[in-house]
Amino acid sequence: MTAQRDWRGLLFVAPFLALYSLILVFPLLRGLWLSFNQVDLFGAGHFVGFGNYSRLLHDPVFGTSLVNTFEVTLMIVPVLTVISLLLALALNRAGKGAAILRGIFFASAVLSVTIVTLIWRFMLAPDAGLLGEAWKALGWEPLPFLSDPHLVLPALAITTIWWSVGFPMLLFLAGLQQIPEDMYEAAALDNASGWTTFWRITVPALRRTLILVIMLQTAAQLQLFGQSQLLTAGGPSGASRTAVLFLFESAFGRWELGYASAAAEILFLIILAVTLTQYWATSRSEAGHGR
Amino acid sequence: MASLELKGVRKAFGSTPILDDVSLSLESREFIAFLGPSGSGKSTLLRIIAGLETADAGEVWLEGRRIDTLPPGQRDIAMVFQHYALYPHMSARENMAFGLRNAKVPSDEIDRRVMDAAGVLEITPLLDRKPAEMSGGQRQRVAIGRALVKQPKLFLLDEPLSNLDAALRLRTRVELAQLKQKVDASVIMVTHDQAEAMTLADRIVVMNDRRIQQVGAPMEIYSRPANTFVAQFVGSPAMTLIQVKLSDGHGAAQVKLGDGSVVQTTIPRDTLPSGDLRLGLRPEGVRVADGAATTRAKVELVERLGERALVYARLADGQPITAEDSAYSRLAIGDEVGLAIDGAAAHLFGLDGTGHHGTAAA
Repeated sequence: MTAQRDWRGLLFVAPFLALYSLILVFPLLRGLWLSFNQVDLFGAGHFVGFGNYSRLLHDPVFGTSLVNTFEVTLMIVPVLTVISLLLALALNRAGKGAAILRGIFFASAVLSVTIVTLIWRFMLAPDAGLLGEAWKALGWEPLPFLSDPHLVLPALAITTIWWSVGFPMLLFLAGLQQIPEDMYEAAALDNASGWTTFWRITVPALRRTLILVIMLQTAAQLQLFGQSQLLTAGGPSGASRTAVLFLFESAFGRWELGYASAAAEILFLIILAVTLTQYWATSRSEAGHGR
Repeated sequence: MASLELKGVRKAFGSTPILDDVSLSLESREFIAFLGPSGSGKSTLLRIIAGLETADAGEVWLEGRRIDTLPPGQRDIAMVFQHYALYPHMSARENMAFGLRNAKVPSDEIDRRVMDAAGVLEITPLLDRKPAEMSGGQRQRVAIGRALVKQPKLFLLDEPLSNLDAALRLRTRVELAQLKQKVDASVIMVTHDQAEAMTLADRIVVMNDRRIQQVGAPMEIYSRPANTFVAQFVGSPAMTLIQVKLSDGHGAAQVKLGDGSVVQTTIPRDTLPSGDLRLGLRPEGVRVADGAATTRAKVELVERLGERALVYARLADGQPITAEDSAYSRLAIGDEVGLAIDGAAAHLFGLDGTGHHGTAAA
């Protein structure tokens, strides 16, 4: 292959590369540059070095938002993974009933976050909400989900799980269909109980899907924003403010673009670190597995 | 005592009947081959015995115990799957031990059985490998090993050689035959390959069109086919069937070909049905001959097989016939040849397809 040919090849990908640089690479670098400046929406800023970063490290509001983000992610990811796996196991069969139910459970995923939070505001409202009514029917005092600082993160988690269950369920369904039927027949002839079959045949076969779902959901939930902004606006008193909501408020509430960019860079590094740790942990256990 | 007994087994998938009133009895330690084309119901029958399908009617008994009501794992049966169905995330050792663990066999007993089976199958060095790290032949040995360690009363082999290349298939065939000598159990093998069935089985069950067509020892199936299906399915190339007329007379039947030439069979005339008959001839019963020819035919194709040549020809009335010639046959397409038909090796089939055989074809 000649050098000339290589250049011609580049021409084919040039439109993509140009667009990619314009809308992805440039904003990324621009954001990094902004994080080293004190700048608002009007007029040029000035270079402050690591000033924004050291201010962030001492900002209790940012610290709380990071803790909230981790807490809500930890509430969501395990439960979401288990529920979507159970749904996939229950709905992995031929027949009209299962097909309709698959559609219903996936339906919530196509709704916008605005609709989702609207629905759950009705569900969670203590005086007229569905959960409140259910509580009352059982003779209990309705729980103030959206105004109690200890209940607001669980409320965010429930809303998010309801919204996000469809896609992981679909991934698990795809994984289940990859398992050859004769594997289960061999297990039946090997006198394996349903429980043994699940743990020794199904789960190992779904290992990669499981890892994928956990990594995707962790990265997604660390960026949780819309539910928190629309359901509670971060309240009460910052108890449900997530990291992305914090940087949204800094950038478009107080117009501190440099400060918000620095927060975004820190969040980016955290997500990168978490993802790499998960990747390292799973590939290490895979190596141990393959031994 | 009979090892396996099938009594009136029926199965349909929806409105499509698959098996129609199948009954069969296996001797103890017998090697049986289910032979038939795709869709003949042989695999379904195997799966009913294993418990992977439920029969609509009928019973399955194994050594005096009714098993069709039991789950697959409690039938004392081991199966080798066509695509092996090894558990991909377990090593060969774990694959073989899995069933024994589920049956709560003590672990030192499991180790002993796995090592014994691995020794017999020569897979001891592979025991810690995963299926993905093995060749197709090695995987199959592990699959056989997984069946062996269970020490079942009956082995089921579903097309065991179909995934191997030609050389390995021949070698494995020999090894399967040797393995059979070592195990104290009956074996049922499903195959569509008649050479496999002929070389391995004590008896062959020929299946077609939802029913058992014939049960018999390999040479009995070959030399005394029960009907035209068995006659044409077993043997390569297929038996030639020619429309003939029964001549008048007594004793052994005499039939007349389209051109008037006569073939004297050894089949008693009074056992034959009236009406039209078909004469069944294997290539070795029809020799190319110049001297004492029975009839004449026109050569359409000469297939040189090395040790002999097969001559595909057409009789005067247009019916095809296959004959044998010496390896150094000088025949060419279009040649007119004389054919000597060996009446003692001939078969006759009635209109309903039922076969009638002479005394020589024992």
